[in-house]
Amino acid sequence: MAILTKEEAKTIIDKVLAYSKSDEMSVNLAGGRTGNIRYARNAVSTSGESVNQSLSVTSVFGKRAGTATINEFDDASLEKTVRRAEEVARLAPENPEYMPMLGPQTYLNTDPYAESTAKMDPNYRAQATFDSLDPCRKKNLVAAGYMEDTARFNAIGNTKGLSAYNRETSVEFSITVRTADGLGSGYGTSDVTDVSKLSTKAVTEVAMGKAQASASARALEPGKYTVILEPAALVSNVDASLMVALIRSMDARNADEGRSFLSKKGGGTRLGEKLFDERVTINSDPTNPEVPSGAFSGDGRPQEKITWIEKGVVKNMPYSRYWAEKKGVKAVPPGGNFIMEGGTQSLADMIKGTEKGILVTRLWYIRPVDPQTLLYTGLTRDGTFYIENGQIKFPVKNFRFNESPVIMLNNLEAMGKPVRIGGNLVPPLKIRDFTFTSLSDAV
Amino acid sequence: MGAAGIMMPTLPAFSRSVSAEALLEPGLDVAVKKRLADAALNAAKSLGATYADVRIGRYLNQFVLTRENKVQGIINAESFGVGVRVIADGCWGFASVGDARNEAVVAQAAKTAVTIAKANARLLTEPVQLAPQKGFGEVSWKAPIKRNAFEVPIKEKVDLLLSANAAAMQNGANFVNNVLFQINEQKYFASTDGTYADQDIHRIGPNFTVTAVDPQSGKFSTRNSLSSPMGMGYDYLQVNPADKVTGVTTRYNKGYDILEDITSAAKQAKEKLTAKSVEAGKYDLVLDPSHLWLTIHESVGHPLELDRVLGYEANYAGTSFATLDKWKTKDFNYGSKEVNLVADKTQLYSLGAVGWDDEGVKTKKWDLVRDGTLVNYQAIRDQVHIIGEKESQGCCYADNWSSVQFQRMANVSLEAGKTPLSVANMIKDVKKGIYIIGDGSFSIDQQRYNFQFGGQLFYEIKDGQIVGMLKDVAYQANTREFWNSCVAVCDESDYRLGGAFNDGKGQPAQSSAVSHGSATARFNGVNVINTARKI
Repeated sequence: MAILTKEEAKTIIDKVLAYSKSDEMSVNLAGGRTGNIRYARNAVSTSGESVNQSLSVTSVFGKRAGTATINEFDDASLEKTVRRAEEVARLAPENPEYMPMLGPQTYLNTDPYAESTAKMDPNYRAQATFDSLDPCRKKNLVAAGYMEDTARFNAIGNTKGLSAYNRETSVEFSITVRTADGLGSGYGTSDVTDVSKLSTKAVTEVAMGKAQASASARALEPGKYTVILEPAALVSNVDASLMVALIRSMDARNADEGRSFLSKKGGGTRLGEKLFDERVTINSDPTNPEVPSGAFSGDGRPQEKITWIEKGVVKNMPYSRYWAEKKGVKAVPPGGNFIMEGGTQSLADMIKGTEKGILVTRLWYIRPVDPQTLLYTGLTRDGTFYIENGQIKFPVKNFRFNESPVIMLNNLEAMGKPVRIGGNLVPPLKIRDFTFTSLSDAV
Repeated sequence: MGAAGIMMPTLPAFSRSVSAEALLEPGLDVAVKKRLADAALNAAKSLGATYADVRIGRYLNQFVLTRENKVQGIINAESFGVGVRVIADGCWGFASVGDARNEAVVAQAAKTAVTIAKANARLLTEPVQLAPQKGFGEVSWKAPIKRNAFEVPIKEKVDLLLSANAAAMQNGANFVNNVLFQINEQKYFASTDGTYADQDIHRIGPNFTVTAVDPQSGKFSTRNSLSSPMGMGYDYLQVNPADKVTGVTTRYNKGYDILEDITSAAKQAKEKLTAKSVEAGKYDLVLDPSHLWLTIHESVGHPLELDRVLGYEANYAGTSFATLDKWKTKDFNYGSKEVNLVADKTQLYSLGAVGWDDEGVKTKKWDLVRDGTLVNYQAIRDQVHIIGEKESQGCCYADNWSSVQFQRMANVSLEAGKTPLSVANMIKDVKKGIYIIGDGSFSIDQQRYNFQFGGQLFYEIKDGQIVGMLKDVAYQANTREFWNSCVAVCDESDYRLGGAFNDGKGQPAQSSAVSHGSATARFNGVNVINTARKI
């Protein structure tokens, strides 16, 4: 389906809303295309494209809600869908936490969309892949990579007068380059809104350099080390990560209920407490030009500029609308992105300023161990190096870590310049006493 | 990647909400599906494809979500569409389209797939080599369910979950989240080899988390259900004394008693709050099947996937330590002599059971590790020639019509011990050990050497006796050292299935459901760490 304009989407939604006989009704219209190409062993392995569209109707009677969906947009089909949603709603169990639909909202002006990305086709993907494969083949290195591009739109309208529209594009690219003997491995990744800002060749060259430099790693004893965590070690495009785990664990209700690291001994939350190093400040901003995100959350609430952590102090927590009403506070939705403030140093500057430490390209298979302390475990991967006197001395074998992002952000030594990763802005961080608990033979 | 311990399956791509009644409506008639399939196959061939297959999929999901005394939501979802995969100019191409109900739309998808294959052919180093596969004609397969979960009234399900939640609250829980997942995959496969397979697959997964909070200390603890997702209908929720394994806590085989388990869970979550924190060190571990399935999954199932071994997953899930040169020696020691691991796509009630895989191969059972020695891998049609096999092992799967099929893990299980051995007799001989029940935290490196696992319940064993509950337990080991430390496996009477709905692999990431069976097994001298921290 083509990316409908705001006006085209609203015309369809308004037509559907006119059929409503329920107390409240909302309509969500979405569509788009996604394409991908995957390669391994220096050759393309799979590649595909998928298109879809859907219109869903949620009707509400009292606290009973029902939803029905349709892919055909003729008048008779649309009306039938509304009647069906109403039937489902009448039969649904009452949800005591149901919140009435929102009325008209004011949204920030965001546009996370680029025509260049929307126009991507199989030939574009094949060329971008060739640009990545070719240098690896020439150096007798083995590449495995993946690129996925998406262009989509999403529009919401309801009988209370809410009207919201968003269109967005994104491209994610990642590559793992291994030496032919399997003794070295390096990683590079990039995600962009506008594909003209992506060079698969440049990202590949980073991964190639790490692969060559990481071969024949030496074993160091596990223990507590000063580490420099590159942004890809803090946020992953494909896996759980320490920073995303922290941000997603800030929900107010869990904290109020006593089952979060933000729960206060004796009851309540730790809002307003200083829990991190005073240099830690984390915001969300859908209008940031480097990491634009949608202007509204799934339930139609506006995404605003908001500070979650300021100078180490917890300033805001996300609330569901139900919980916010119960607590008499503003219902702040979780952010669409997050932006961690950093410094001005480059990664190279940070290495130069390190007497002894470990440079970590990436952390992997990160899973929660204890939600009480946000303790996580995982491993280093694809480029781990020993630093001494400001220089990378040699590659080291991978470690398993057991660490909490809360402890990590208290042991902050230095921060570099933030870069985009996973739609967020995150600086490389230098952390003291990062806990490695065992060694891994994995390359 | 691996399975998540707490199963929260996501909806298939492009799912749409429907009514519960719509889940019982028949899908397209098989004759219509054949006509659509032939349109795609013919279009692909006419455009130069040397092979094509088409999957017409209708994916139905119902999730009932509750907490304490509330129904949070009932999600009924349907996803319908067609995926076409082709080989043209020696290269794979794939395209899919939602809600495709006429020949022109599926023919267009076939055309897109051929276009993609031809655009990418220049990026190949060698053409795809597909193992030959005979056509089976028009065939069908249906999961052996006794009661279709979608036919059970919502009210019956809601009443069961809410009464379970009430039992938890009455027994000391502060919070309970309780969900019931039900899945029906109606899959039609056709290929230019001449197979037209119509299959009906059912899965069910009851799953709760009980939380106990001590506001004074600010501490909380949880206990998850000891259920397993199963390839069964609503019959899994039928209480049957013969399916219960009693002991320090009750565990379940093919009939799950949610009321009994949640009552125990509430008491145990409270008990955990004041349990003894483990002293780090070496312990003999006695691992219940409700726990061991996940260790098997991560340290055996994944490293023995041939595509990982070859490097096809290098950019995401990773590769494998179990390389071809080790397998070729025919003497690579994976574990002790007690260790026999089998792959099986036919196992009754398992999540992975089907009649034909997603490239038209009839499913089977085969050895992976025999008497501790690595003997085989899991492989599909475009890779199986690399290990000298003449036909695929039948473990190809796509999680949706919109996803391309590729090698996925079969049910991989540890065979029960051949000599009679009960859990009580196993524990009797342990001097310093920990008995672990239920799956918890899990993590393993990208080549599957180093892993760390938690659990739900930990009991200290001293001089052959269970002396009390422990907390803050996780064990770290190396895959080969761990399986070589296996000194005993209980007999068939203790054999049970565990599993997950959501084993993740591939880019774009796909989810697969897989079971792992075992009896309780003992592993000597495993490194246990203490996971308590202060923040």
